Amino acid sequence: MTAQDFWALSPEIAMAVLALVVISVDLVTRSMAKVSAVAFVGLAAPVILTLNLWFGWFGDPVSGQALFGTFEADRFSLFFKFLLLTVTAGTILASARYIASDRMKDYGGEFVSLVLLSVTGMMILVSATELITIYVALELTALPVVALAAIHRTKQGVEAGTKFFVLSAISSAILLYGFAYLYGFAGSTHLDVIMERLAVLPTETGVPFGSYAVLLSVIMIVAGFGFKMAVVPWQMWVPDVYQGAPTPVAAFLSVASKAAAFAVIMRIMYTAFGDESLMKDWSGLFAILAAVTMTVGNTLALSQSNIKRLLGYSTIAQAGYMLIGLASVPANQVGATFAGAGPQGVMYYLAGYAFTNLAVFFAVIAITSRTNDDSIEGLNGLLKRSPLLAGLLVFGLLSLLGMPPTVGFMAKVVVFGAALNANLTWLVVIGVLNTVIAAYYYLRVIRAIVFEDAVDETKFSADRPLLAAAGVAAIGAGVFGLAPFLILELAEQALSIIPGI
Amino acid sequence: MFDGLLTITVFLPAAVGLLVALFARGENADQQIRWISIGATVATFVLSVLVFVGYDNNIAGIQMIDYFENWIPVDALRSSYILGVDGLSAPLVLLTGILGMAAALGSWRINKRVREYFMWLLLLETAVLGVFVSLDLLLFFIFFEFELIPMFMLIAIWGSGRPRYSAMKFVLFTLAGGAFMLVGILAIYVTPGVNTLAMVSIPELGITGIPELIASADLVVPAALIFAFFFIAFAVKLPLWPVHSWLPDAHTDAPTAVSVMLAGVLLKMAGYGLLRINLGFFQETKGFTIHDVAGYMAVIAAISVIYGGIITVRQTDMKRLIAYSSISHMGFVMLGVAAVGSSAAQTSAAGLNGAALQMFTHGTITGLAFLMVGLSYDRTHTRHIPHLGGLWKKMPLIAIFFLIAGFGSLGLPALSGFVSEIMIFLGTFSVWPWATGVAAFGVVLAAGYTLWMVQRVFFGERPATPGLSDEVYNNLTDANWVDMIPVIALAAPIFIVGIWPSVITDIFDTGIQAVLR
Repeated sequence: MTAQDFWALSPEIAMAVLALVVISVDLVTRSMAKVSAVAFVGLAAPVILTLNLWFGWFGDPVSGQALFGTFEADRFSLFFKFLLLTVTAGTILASARYIASDRMKDYGGEFVSLVLLSVTGMMILVSATELITIYVALELTALPVVALAAIHRTKQGVEAGTKFFVLSAISSAILLYGFAYLYGFAGSTHLDVIMERLAVLPTETGVPFGSYAVLLSVIMIVAGFGFKMAVVPWQMWVPDVYQGAPTPVAAFLSVASKAAAFAVIMRIMYTAFGDESLMKDWSGLFAILAAVTMTVGNTLALSQSNIKRLLGYSTIAQAGYMLIGLASVPANQVGATFAGAGPQGVMYYLAGYAFTNLAVFFAVIAITSRTNDDSIEGLNGLLKRSPLLAGLLVFGLLSLLGMPPTVGFMAKVVVFGAALNANLTWLVVIGVLNTVIAAYYYLRVIRAIVFEDAVDETKFSADRPLLAAAGVAAIGAGVFGLAPFLILELAEQALSIIPGI
Repeated sequence: MFDGLLTITVFLPAAVGLLVALFARGENADQQIRWISIGATVATFVLSVLVFVGYDNNIAGIQMIDYFENWIPVDALRSSYILGVDGLSAPLVLLTGILGMAAALGSWRINKRVREYFMWLLLLETAVLGVFVSLDLLLFFIFFEFELIPMFMLIAIWGSGRPRYSAMKFVLFTLAGGAFMLVGILAIYVTPGVNTLAMVSIPELGITGIPELIASADLVVPAALIFAFFFIAFAVKLPLWPVHSWLPDAHTDAPTAVSVMLAGVLLKMAGYGLLRINLGFFQETKGFTIHDVAGYMAVIAAISVIYGGIITVRQTDMKRLIAYSSISHMGFVMLGVAAVGSSAAQTSAAGLNGAALQMFTHGTITGLAFLMVGLSYDRTHTRHIPHLGGLWKKMPLIAIFFLIAGFGSLGLPALSGFVSEIMIFLGTFSVWPWATGVAAFGVVLAAGYTLWMVQRVFFGERPATPGLSDEVYNNLTDANWVDMIPVIALAAPIFIVGIWPSVITDIFDTGIQAVLR
């Protein structure tokens, strides 16, 4: 490894070191508050190193690839690393009290360091530009989550862990098949080389992607990542795992895992399959997936009575809206405007969604840890019992629903606009209809919070770290909604280095 | 370019509302919240007066611009933060300032969940102000829709009767209308050659607006359809027959101050939209102009006026009665807009000016009427007209101002309602004589239902049974000075505009001429 490699990898190295430090601290202290504090403060190191890579404070390390062209610390990846680190900070804050609880305090250090290790995997994943690196990073991402999901060792927890493990293994296998076909056809595992080869290799007319091998590999790759993105038909694990796993883990999964998966799929699609003719083909694939995912997610959410399951289905539906942005490729564009509107929309949507969803999940954690009731009726009269938490939750739900002027609305408008520009009017119509369906179940929860009378009227409040995390997430969501340019301009810079755009 | 005055005016109420909701603590919190919130609306009123007075009618055009270009910097949907006032919006900003203050003062006696109540009321004022000064379509839409959440909460939590049903009905109607509008906005934006969301041209900023660009563009959706999308959204809000049915429910069940806001300014957002968008954008597009449909608009307007009037006569609930009369009066706004079908610019301008003025006058008159119903209801605890009678002796002040609102509403000369209605008739009669002739009958109906209600409630004898019990009747008190502040604030413009209409009409005329080009 050269010095260049070290610089490029410095945030990931810092994260891995932090995970080890946390485990060590856990050995010498019984105080889980200290473990959380070390992890939270320690996150400053990767954050500063990431900022350094973006701004080039100590020299200009962004200039190129590392590790023989398998890893790229470009602005595209750095954008997502910021997002992942923010999510991690929130998750650690929000689980501070949880890991100090009686049933968790023996595994508190493990819990935190598993989260950190998983994030390390995601950070490598968003930077990986080579198939094998992508695969290894993906496994590093998934395995800690299996342990996290099952950390309670209750029947539900073990079921959640097992389910996640088995499905994750299957999806990885499918992904590997896809990679293998791609390698066999293009003769390289480097995404940029694959792009060049695919452009010159002979194509059959009438076959999507020019050959059945590429078609098969694309479908398998999308299927593999579809599992991570929680896209229909690979969504079955989501509600069960969200319900069975500890809620902080569900919050973490719903945001971080989705962001990393979208980042890597965007990189693969726009680099390896970034050729204009290929783009049109995979755009159609994502458009169909988007329509199905939104519709199924929202429809299934309608009949849920458990708030965690409802949020599980809601995250599936949200992934569907993001897929609209992914399907809005520049190749189909009417008129010559900046080509990256679709991916830009996805990045804005992901950032807004991350903050919104964290605020919602953290509020739910705070509430359910006091009421011990996961059902929607358990939220009845929440406004009287805990006005602040109720306000946060209602705000988050309105944003997920897409009510102006929240970030959820702005992001949907940007994504829909990109889709209209890319000649996907039918998809926008389905998207709009879906927001109407979604309004029903989000409003049902809001109605319980605001209007219904509580059985138990005792007031309660959340512990401070959790409240701070939820508050910061909500403020972030509010700010990004009122000032969309903050994210969109960063996203534009980040996307400018992606070949297909 | 960033003048700042409009941004402060728009966001002051919301900022105060949120801060107060979060930070007001202690035993006297409720009282403090009332004072601070009222203070915020008074400050907003002062700012709105500054906006109105500061608008230089000799220069005309868009003034006091707040411009931030890269609000949504994506080429797929490039949206800017543009606030500005012209002759059309400046009087409506003033109206919102007046009514926002009156509504907050009129909420003095609210005791239930005071903190949230004033937060929503202040957020509502921000939303309405935002609608009138936004010059970017997306921003306009956001403010237009944002008003739903506060209204829903205000009706559902603090309402009476069937509040949740009424609140839900209101939201569903408006959301459905809003969905159409969003489609219209996106369709205009993606049209090659338009690709902007600016609602007007602003030469100082080098912005060419939709009205200029749309004329030569090949719209991706037929222009008539886009026109219809916007028209439906505004027709629901105005409201016009046959999409009016949410209004009586919402009004009847809403708390007094919310009715004042709803009738006073929320309905005007639709009238403003009709003038700014339906009239402003669609005078000459390929294959369609607003002149083609002006006749239909006149017919719908006439039906609304007469239908609203006839239904009103039959009402026995005072609040419901005024709510239905709003349908009739807002029909006049539509009728005035229909004058655009005229070939002579002079007459169509008269009708349009009348429509704009009718929004202003109806805002103050109906606001006053709802306020007076609220004051009367606070004392008698019934709005059922047959149960009332002879209240004049007990509360003469309330009766007098109720009478003023009533006379304003039926168009008594020297009060503002007369001016706007005569302008509408003068403008529209030469173009659509039949529709105008039929609609003019609405004034007769208005005289009927208004005077009949006043007569039954305030004059005559107390009904035997079931009316107010002796105990309640004998203990009735008149309005005190706290009640009178908002009453005076709303009554004053009725006289001022009635006697000296040009203070408002000159400015409206500048705005209308700019929209007509």
